[in-house]
Amino acid sequence: MAKPLAQEFLKGLWDEVPPFRLVLGLCPVLAVTKSVENGLGMGMATTFVLVCSNILVSLLRNVIPSKVRIACFIVIIATFVTVVEFVMQAYAYKLFQTLGIFIPLIVVNCIVLGRAEAFASKNGLVRSTLDGLSIGIGFTLSLAALAAVRELLGTGGLTIWGDMAFNIFGPSYPAFSFMIEAPGAFVALGLMLCVMNLAGNK
Amino acid sequence: MRDMLKMIIVLTALCLCSGGLLASIQTSTKEQIANQVLTFVKGPAINSILPNAENDPITDRFELKDGDDTRTFFVGVVEGEPRVVTLETFGKGYGGDVGLMVGIDVKDNVLKGVGVTTHAETPGMGARAKSDPGFAAQFAGLPIDGKIAVTGDGGSINAISGATITSRACSNAATEAVEIYKALQPQIDEKLNSFKK
Repeated sequence: MAKPLAQEFLKGLWDEVPPFRLVLGLCPVLAVTKSVENGLGMGMATTFVLVCSNILVSLLRNVIPSKVRIACFIVIIATFVTVVEFVMQAYAYKLFQTLGIFIPLIVVNCIVLGRAEAFASKNGLVRSTLDGLSIGIGFTLSLAALAAVRELLGTGGLTIWGDMAFNIFGPSYPAFSFMIEAPGAFVALGLMLCVMNLAGNK
Repeated sequence: MRDMLKMIIVLTALCLCSGGLLASIQTSTKEQIANQVLTFVKGPAINSILPNAENDPITDRFELKDGDDTRTFFVGVVEGEPRVVTLETFGKGYGGDVGLMVGIDVKDNVLKGVGVTTHAETPGMGARAKSDPGFAAQFAGLPIDGKIAVTGDGGSINAISGATITSRACSNAATEAVEIYKALQPQIDEKLNSFKK
């Protein structure tokens, strides 16, 4: 019944990778993937919240009465999101400015609540931590991948982190700015889903 | 009954812990966040008002009590004299408060310039108060004894088209800054003199 721990960790990277397989939590996926840096920042913030909330929910799973469990989960998640908000504001203000409203919105990201409800409230500490890490890393990589596609096509370059910005296609590349606008996010996501499905059907 | 009690206790305990944790984090990051806001939000606005300052207005600042509020003033040294005092005020905009950094030239008694700091105005409409330098430029050189208002209200500021409320918020904020300056003038002059070289 119980899966090996390694498999628990790996599932979030492919089998249950959130935006592409579960197709959950699309709001930040579509909104912040204008540059790889934003995608990574958002992904790491979400991963931190996921791991912390999974740990706490798993520890408290026998204490929390089932009738008020959702309220308890939300309090836990909201607490960690606010922690992230403070820390990001204090140490990565630029990122805080670009991600803006999407940081507090992690509270209502259904991946986080989904993992608390579907996994952490039924499993032990080790498994829940692994689950949070796995889904979080999968989410981060997906955001980065989607952002890479959009940024590369939209601007011809990649901004990995801070000063690590590369102009890959050179200055003569005619920027396809549609890809970094909102509609481009849908198109890019659709194409990525298509590729994922093709790869998964083999 | 027992269930009910348990629910109340668990939720209350959880919220208490959460509140305590957040309060301690807020206290410990408060100073750092204030520094970041100075560098990334207030700094650019101050620099747009004082592009040719001979000092660093962000470090050369002082605080004064204005009734119950403590206000921060940034000093700009121009032409060898500490003659510009900059303060932030807020006006009621379309999407909430619009923060405006207002520089006052205390020697010529005119506005040195203004710059929007924080706002939640509509992008492409009210947000142009921050992104369009032409709007802020209209404030520069206005005498502080005159009326600072949009043309519709009998002033001389051309409102941003489609964003009268935002434009009015900026004018009101500038007017408020002038009023604060006038009310605290003796103390401000005294403080400014201490920045003389």
